[in-house]
Amino acid sequence: MMYSEKVLDHFRNPRNVGEIEDADGVGSVGNPVCGDVMSIYIKVKDDKIDDIKFKTFGCGAAIATTSMTTELAKGKTLDEAMTITRQDVADELGGLPPVKMHCSNLAADALHEAIENYRGKKK
Amino acid sequence: MDHGAGKPVDPRVLEAMTPYFTEHYGNPASFHGEGFDALKAVNRAREQVASLIGAEASEIVFTSSATEANNLGIGGATRRFKKKGNRIVLSAIEHISSLNVGKELYREGFEIKYAQVDAEGVVDLGELESLVNDKTVLVSVMAANGEIGTIQPIEEAAEIAHRNDALFHTDATAAAGQIGLETKSVDFMTLSSNDIYGPKGMGALYIKKGLRVKPQILGGGQERGIRSGSENVPGIVGMGAAAAFASAEMDAEGKRLRILRDTLIKGVTESIKESYLNGHPTLRLPNNANIRFSYIEGEALILSLDQLGIKVSSGSACTAKTLEPSHVLRALGLKHEEAHGSLVYTLGKINNGEHIEYVIQQMPEVVGRLRAMSPLTPEEMR
Repeated sequence: MMYSEKVLDHFRNPRNVGEIEDADGVGSVGNPVCGDVMSIYIKVKDDKIDDIKFKTFGCGAAIATTSMTTELAKGKTLDEAMTITRQDVADELGGLPPVKMHCSNLAADALHEAIENYRGKKK
Repeated sequence: MDHGAGKPVDPRVLEAMTPYFTEHYGNPASFHGEGFDALKAVNRAREQVASLIGAEASEIVFTSSATEANNLGIGGATRRFKKKGNRIVLSAIEHISSLNVGKELYREGFEIKYAQVDAEGVVDLGELESLVNDKTVLVSVMAANGEIGTIQPIEEAAEIAHRNDALFHTDATAAAGQIGLETKSVDFMTLSSNDIYGPKGMGALYIKKGLRVKPQILGGGQERGIRSGSENVPGIVGMGAAAAFASAEMDAEGKRLRILRDTLIKGVTESIKESYLNGHPTLRLPNNANIRFSYIEGEALILSLDQLGIKVSSGSACTAKTLEPSHVLRALGLKHEEAHGSLVYTLGKINNGEHIEYVIQQMPEVVGRLRAMSPLTPEEMR
């Protein structure tokens, strides 16, 4: 199984790892049984993602895709961030092995869930 | 430390093989000098392989792989003796090639029963006994499992089979060259060439004198008609040489590896919290250490260790083509999430004490980094 250099880079040097204690929104997807759990924490300011952090249990692709998702989302408006897809994440990473496309590429869903969590709280 | 996946060919083996590619290229079936030379070499190799397991040369059939030998041993014997009944019994932790032969036999109308193993990977003889009945054609229990290293009680398992007039096959792919084996109580035994530092693309099936199997490859009647196709003379010579070196060196090498293995297991499990040995502490292949780490996933561990020059393998689903964790780890009763975090170290001739110390020294940081990233890690462990 071969990963792109970009996947390996994001695995080795993941961006935005951690938790935000007083996060405005939190999204968690996956299941330890399947071998992947991704949690994304966001801080929102002026309807934009001001800060974002993640934690991931999973394989190299799971960690790299979550890292890339946080990078793509940072600074974007919530509406823009909602349009980020799993495919965008995979493309930005220079592709993923086919078997990893559905099992380990869930971070965009975690991001959307975090945004919805924030919006739900605001209402 | 991933010798379970592939081993280098021993340079002495390669040296023995080389002339059979270019100088002695004869076909053992030919009636001239070149053919006789090839035939002599094949016969010698057959004796060498036989002597590794205390068998006679005439009881060895060369195949293209251990997978083929499992197909021939389990499938070929069951089809040949199907008049006896319609049941076969396999241990739940057999190699995928054996399990898939079982599935094919099921499609052909046989009933397949799986004997479970205990938490340390030893086949449950009581359950085996209850599954083997007078309609059972064949029982197959591997000599040792290559993933968790557990050595199986094959003599007792064979006795259960024979009490019910069933045949007994054992897959000795991982065990041969690691521990002493004998064929007294066994009807069929699978052997692998690469696992004893011979060339890939070679295996053998031991077939007890007087027994036959239904051939799968038909042709010119090579290998007593059991496995047709012109002999892979260099490959056979290589497997023979590898078997001879294994016979001569196994005891000393086993002693050396056991010390390295135990140092590794102790060093890693003592320095890392919530890390556990998979498999049996003592009924264990000398070269195998399988350790699981809570809260993290095996493939991420492999990638991290690869960066440090440490090659290992995992029973994680994420390294497999399927999305299921290894059936072997699941058979131990491990939950999916526990199985995901397992690493397999299979030691080989090239490994020494320095390698082990290096791994022990690097593991805590690698595990710690991934645990710090994992949402499953409890607060107090971060």
